[in-house]
Amino acid sequence: MKFIKNYQFNLVRKSQKIVLGLFLIVLILGLFEALILSPEDYLQGDSVRIMYVHVPSAWISLGIFSLMATLSILVIVFKNKMFFLIAKSLAPSGFVFSLIALVTGSIWGKPTWGTWWAWDARITSMLILCIFYLMYLLAWRIFENKDYVTKITSFIAILGFINIPIIKFSVDWWSTLHQPSSVNVFSKTTIHFTMLIPLGIMTAAFALFSLLIFLMKYNTELIKIKNKGLDRL
Amino acid sequence: MILEFLHMNGYGYYVLPSFLFTLVCFLGLYIITKSQLSKEQNKFNVKFGELNSEQVKEAKKQKIYKEIIATETLSRI
Repeated sequence: MKFIKNYQFNLVRKSQKIVLGLFLIVLILGLFEALILSPEDYLQGDSVRIMYVHVPSAWISLGIFSLMATLSILVIVFKNKMFFLIAKSLAPSGFVFSLIALVTGSIWGKPTWGTWWAWDARITSMLILCIFYLMYLLAWRIFENKDYVTKITSFIAILGFINIPIIKFSVDWWSTLHQPSSVNVFSKTTIHFTMLIPLGIMTAAFALFSLLIFLMKYNTELIKIKNKGLDRL
Repeated sequence: MILEFLHMNGYGYYVLPSFLFTLVCFLGLYIITKSQLSKEQNKFNVKFGELNSEQVKEAKKQKIYKEIIATETLSRI
């Protein structure tokens, strides 16, 4: 039996293939730039290459959580469950990116600071973000009641959002091991373009990967709902 | 030359595991998500195959947006 034709399904399925192809191309280009073409840092040497996986992961995990919090507010205001479904589909990739940021940051810390872990403001607030992602995902496993799980996960996302500016400005507010931001939108970017280009390409690749996972997750959720619809016939 | 690249002036022990960990995480998440999607698609195909012609007509009329709002239990991750 052929899969039932539906505009929304077809659109999501076709875009998955395009995004997967684009992701692979951009990732290969990004890896080539990051590992071979980009120069070593005058102070950190080749260990600076960890930045090309660490920084995009941190950026994207922050971005996804901010989006999830915004969608959770929209769920409460407009009572539209489509927003809820989108937030739910975004969570797994956000969690994985926060985990990558923590692990690669820890590996980078050893040659740079001489330690795998420090209870520094930026690292600790990133760990808290990872815990919020975990709580969000676990809430789906633990709670059965639909209304309750909606409220709980929205609450987790909105509460966790308080942590986002703390992560962003932790390097300015407290004395931390992390250096202040090198890539700025509103002020001068202090990173050299030979490092900025691979960083940009890797960020694009990671963003495409999170989009791919989101599309697949969202499609899965839509089919689950279709399955429930068939059960009612 | 390859050994020189892998060594990275002594930083290869840190740089390569970082990239490897990232790629393994990507692959793991992709495989898990893909298998969940395939499982649901197969379940749908089996259920749809068991329907009679009238039920197929009914199924095609179902609006997914209405179902999202009406459904009592949303799936777990």
